Amino acid sequence: MKFVIVGCGRVGAALAEAFDNVGHEVVILDTSTRAFDKLSDEFKGQAIRGDGTDEDVLRKAGVEGADVLLALTEGDNRNVMAAQVAAEKLAVGKTIAKINDPVRAAAYAELGIATVCRTTMLTDAVLAYLDLGKTGMPSIIAPVPHVHDAGEGPVESPVAAGATAAHAQARRS
Amino acid sequence: MFVLVVGGGKVGYYLTKELIESGHEVVLMEKDRARAAQIVDELGSIVVAHDGCEGKYLGEAGSNRADIVAAVTGDDEDNLVICQMAKHHFDVPRTIARVNNPKNEDLFRHLGVDEIISPTRMALGSIEQDIPVHELLHLAALDNELEIIEAQLQADSPAVGRTPADLVIPEACSLFAVVRNGVATPLRSDTVLQEGDKVIAIGRADCERMLHEQLIGETEEAGAV
Repeated sequence: MKFVIVGCGRVGAALAEAFDNVGHEVVILDTSTRAFDKLSDEFKGQAIRGDGTDEDVLRKAGVEGADVLLALTEGDNRNVMAAQVAAEKLAVGKTIAKINDPVRAAAYAELGIATVCRTTMLTDAVLAYLDLGKTGMPSIIAPVPHVHDAGEGPVESPVAAGATAAHAQARRS
Repeated sequence: MFVLVVGGGKVGYYLTKELIESGHEVVLMEKDRARAAQIVDELGSIVVAHDGCEGKYLGEAGSNRADIVAAVTGDDEDNLVICQMAKHHFDVPRTIARVNNPKNEDLFRHLGVDEIISPTRMALGSIEQDIPVHELLHLAALDNELEIIEAQLQADSPAVGRTPADLVIPEACSLFAVVRNGVATPLRSDTVLQEGDKVIAIGRADCERMLHEQLIGETEEAGAV
């Protein structure tokens, strides 16, 4: 599979290496080349400097038709936009955006992007450790079928898991 | 009308000011507290000093009863998110986004933004009006004074709607191909030319004036091409 990661922070770099280690094709982008220092010397994927919300930059980086794009920069909105450019313009199969604002995370799942919310994840982890229950919000929200695909297939409620096979298929069509 | 403006830069400030002057109810969101305080001094207490991208604050600023949300920050991604949140989460009937990268215009429209304001596009439009596009383009110079020339047919070209057979083409010149929608095909004597076609010709340099008349139309500069 071909993975694209926008944002070479700790999480981005760690996932890039993990995908690379199990033999997947990896492209990682960041606006700063220094960010790539986090990658080990053994990393065999491509590290490209550029703005991952810019369609031209993504196209040039060979993102078109990739299987998965993860948007993991420090900016929620940059992540949202990178994911939407990938899904809408570059036919990327599955897109996941890190969105730390829980309200936005839930809203974007409804707009067809899988979202990961660090706020919810950390809060839940701490609450669980202290035995104080849960926030009740899933930390990864699978997209409900895309707003533009409305009418195609059943409407699923957000679940705490990756996108379902049926959904992945709907997005590709 | 209740308008929620997000982004208190120059655009947001003057937009808010004009809207207030024409009697609308306006709330401006500006996350920079110092800038927000400055606008309060000048326009009154209509400023919410929070980030309009944050769902919570967008709600608190009254987006659920706004008739229009105008996202005019300097960042395209912020403007997109504000409009999408307003539209899909708070059911705002009309959203307006400022777009800096012209490439994003289509994407924004496709994703449900109702109105796009593109300063880049506007400036580009004004500049392009000043650059003559009605010229013949020299693609290559060959031996014996021969040249390959491209003419892009504008709506006012005399060749539009006609075939090469209808045109008066100098003897030392031949029209040999047409590029339409990015596809090049040999130009036949019965091909009907359309606006936007790029006609490729080969000929002697002294045929240019006539080619210009036939394909571009007569202009004062025709002889100077």
